[in-house]
Amino acid sequence: MSTSETTSGHSQTAVTDGHAASGSNGKARTKREQKAALGPYGRTGKIVGELDDRLGIAKGGRTFLDKVFPDHWSFMLGEIALYSFVILLATGVFLTLYYVPSQTMVIYHGSYAPLRGQRMSEAYLSSVNLSFAVRAGLLMRQMHHWAADIFIGAMVVHMARIFFTGAFRKPRELNWTIGVTLLTLGIIEGFLGYSLPDDLVSGTGIRIADSIILSIPIVGSYLSFFLFGGPFPGHIIIERFYIIHVLIIPAIIAGMVGAHLGLLVRQKHTQFRGHGRSETNVVGSPMFPTFMAKTTGFLFMTAGVTGILGGLVQINPIWQFGPYEPDKISYAVQPDWYMGWLDGALRIMPSWETAIWGHTIPWEIFLPAIVFPGLIFGVCYMWPGLERKFTGDNELHNLLDRPRDRPKRTAAGAAMLAFLFTLFAASSTDVLANFFHISLNEVLWFFRIAIFVVPVIAGLVTWRICIEMQHASGIGKRKRAVIVSRSETGEYTTTPAPGRVDADVVELDAAPVPVLIDMDSAPEPEPVGAGADGEGAGAGVRRVTR
Amino acid sequence: MSETEQTTVDVAAPTNGDGEEAHRTSVPIPIARLSDPHLQDAARYPERVERIAAVAMVLGTIAVAGFGVAYWQNANPWILGATFGAGLLLLGFGLTTWGKYLMPQGPFVEERHPLASTPAERDAMSAALVQRSGIVVKRRRMLGGLLATGLGVFGIVALFPLLRSLGPVPGDTLTKTNWKKGSRLVDSNGRPIKVNELEVGGIQTVFPEGNAYTEEGQAVDQTVLIRVGTSAIVTMPGRETWAPAGYVAYSKVCTHAGCPVGLYEQQLQLLVCPCHQSMFDVTNGAVPKFGPAPRPLPQLPLQITSDGYLVAQAGYDQPVGPGYWERNSG
Ligand code: HEM
Ligand code: FES
Repeated sequence: MSTSETTSGHSQTAVTDGHAASGSNGKARTKREQKAALGPYGRTGKIVGELDDRLGIAKGGRTFLDKVFPDHWSFMLGEIALYSFVILLATGVFLTLYYVPSQTMVIYHGSYAPLRGQRMSEAYLSSVNLSFAVRAGLLMRQMHHWAADIFIGAMVVHMARIFFTGAFRKPRELNWTIGVTLLTLGIIEGFLGYSLPDDLVSGTGIRIADSIILSIPIVGSYLSFFLFGGPFPGHIIIERFYIIHVLIIPAIIAGMVGAHLGLLVRQKHTQFRGHGRSETNVVGSPMFPTFMAKTTGFLFMTAGVTGILGGLVQINPIWQFGPYEPDKISYAVQPDWYMGWLDGALRIMPSWETAIWGHTIPWEIFLPAIVFPGLIFGVCYMWPGLERKFTGDNELHNLLDRPRDRPKRTAAGAAMLAFLFTLFAASSTDVLANFFHISLNEVLWFFRIAIFVVPVIAGLVTWRICIEMQHASGIGKRKRAVIVSRSETGEYTTTPAPGRVDADVVELDAAPVPVLIDMDSAPEPEPVGAGADGEGAGAGVRRVTR
Repeated sequence: MSETEQTTVDVAAPTNGDGEEAHRTSVPIPIARLSDPHLQDAARYPERVERIAAVAMVLGTIAVAGFGVAYWQNANPWILGATFGAGLLLLGFGLTTWGKYLMPQGPFVEERHPLASTPAERDAMSAALVQRSGIVVKRRRMLGGLLATGLGVFGIVALFPLLRSLGPVPGDTLTKTNWKKGSRLVDSNGRPIKVNELEVGGIQTVFPEGNAYTEEGQAVDQTVLIRVGTSAIVTMPGRETWAPAGYVAYSKVCTHAGCPVGLYEQQLQLLVCPCHQSMFDVTNGAVPKFGPAPRPLPQLPLQITSDGYLVAQAGYDQPVGPGYWERNSG
């Protein structure tokens, strides 16, 4: 039936067109006539029509405009990750205009006095120049770095939200898998970027990375030589890291983000339980204009926060570290935060090494730096399958769990986070020992025990809290203002407080029943025409008030 | 048991939710009907919200313009960041506020149609896959095998040069350094070290003469020379002559993950690696005393020439640095 409507719309337009054409033969057309010639939806209608003739976009386009987004704050975490990625692309492109990926040695003669006359790679020199000589260069460098930290942080928190609410369950396992891959790629990408300035701290990081590759049994030394083009440090590693950092991984990430969002549209959002919400619908606000406005604003705000951090909060001051020289070391060796858990694992691992039949297996590195992260990410990848298996739950789920309603899963997640956090803390054994004036040995053993004990405690406590919360009455209900009064006999009674009375309050339906956006019929032309022409759409929307 | 409760709710939800009937009846909401409650502002005080959004946008515009001026003037990063950041933050805040409070909030419902196809459609697809591939493969098994072989060979051939040309094979490169019998110890400027160079308790990073400037040399040859004094040294069997005049020299490449072992704790006679706090006993063959390092730092046997220079008696007797599969640790 929509076809017939379209047809009638067309013929109408055709008639008007013919009329306008004959008019234009002689006298100039008035503005009003020109407008009328475009049909009831004006220029927009014309463009939609032209595009639809060629691409058939109208039906799907309308569905897309109507796509409903649940209004829960936790759905914003993924947006932060997405927008940080956008910021990384933008600032990264700026950086490529000035950064030189080369290990050729040169002498610095630039404006930063303490480094003058020093021998350094062109990569380091160009990064120092980005910081001091390029207009807004330092802002961009620092924004890029902050955005990287926010990107990975947002992905982690987003992932936690998905996990604790069970949003990864069937049918969304594939999107969970893509998400875990994105996190892995993000961490690798961050490490590569961190390495590009070729300063003393990042160079040491590359050295450790080489040792980690070397530790892989049988193929380690081959992989290391293929990556570095020979023995460490070689002359080519910065160039290779560069192309991986600016092209290969960003392209893969962009593709996977596309797939991630594509699946999201196809499978639609999950939502929490609530009034009018069921497994077979999504309740929220529409893509256009509400969500679009909110989310675009949010992109700007993310960029704004990154800009403020990038301008005002120093990060990675490479000019203080000095250029990389293989025999020098900075005492403030600090990887970015997302590498901290691996550093912690390397620190507290006992020095086990097997030397047998002329071969060496460096467990002290291979276990904490290869096997262990492999296991952690492996568990992440496999979790949806494992949970399906153990609960025997093979149903489709579109309604989210409250974490307290799934005590075991919530406890497992809390234990995992506690475990990773303990490892992260273990990456500062020396700082903690100095700070608390205790021996490094005590700190070491504390952490060796803590990584087993802390997760167990965290899991048990979380489990207990979940159970308690399930039994607490009225939890999760929206609080209402009440008036508490005391009678002469000393009893307390509560009565609901009356709403605030105010002249310009718009009385809203307390909780309107969700309604379907009508997708089959085009709305009545006239009133929409007023909005679509851009004449006081805002005023139209606010009309309800007097 | 809570999990069972949960499941019950899941199952029950589609039939008893009251919103369910609501969207079944499918109240049409032409965007045009402006009095519809779903198109109302979410704000209790729309005028006030509008004012706030407007102020934010005006200030945001000013800040963004300020960023332009600051950039033109090549202002310092603080001003650039503050104007840029505040500008976008304010504009974004204005837009988000507009969207959140002054645009149609619904709640709207979108129906979720099952993604799964009908059993017949599934069977049709499976049947097409099974039958057609059956026809193709069963009749022409040999062609399939040939194609698979060809592609397999191509895969290996493609992989091999790709990997192989990325770098040389390790061979015995990792077992070698540039230290040889008679290599003079030089500092990072290439200056040879004389026997009276260091006080007891002094430390110096040294290289074999001729390799002080090369990155490769720095990476593998770096060696710490420490004058611990004759009385302090615990001589290990076979190393009786390695420490003339109270000098010891150890590879500076940590046996854990390869960081330069740069910190000398003179009081405790320990070499400390700043990366993961491995500690090596300087007086006793650099045996690891603490931390994750699995092996002592290899020791360079020293000698003093007749004209008073420190030289190596020989190269290192084992590979320096972290462990790897081909390393023969005996
Ligand atoms: C997922 C995305 C990305 C992450 C997590 C990331 C992370 C990083 C980090 C942490 C740095 C070190 C910054 C510093 O100097 O303090 C860096 C440097 C750099 N990045 Fe990225 N980056 C990403 C995407 C990109 C893209 C898409 C490009 C270019 C198209 C790019 C170009 C660069 C350049 C040229 C540098 C070196 C600049 C310098 O520090 O002197 N990055 N990146
Ligand atoms: S590299 Fe020296 S302790 Fe890890």
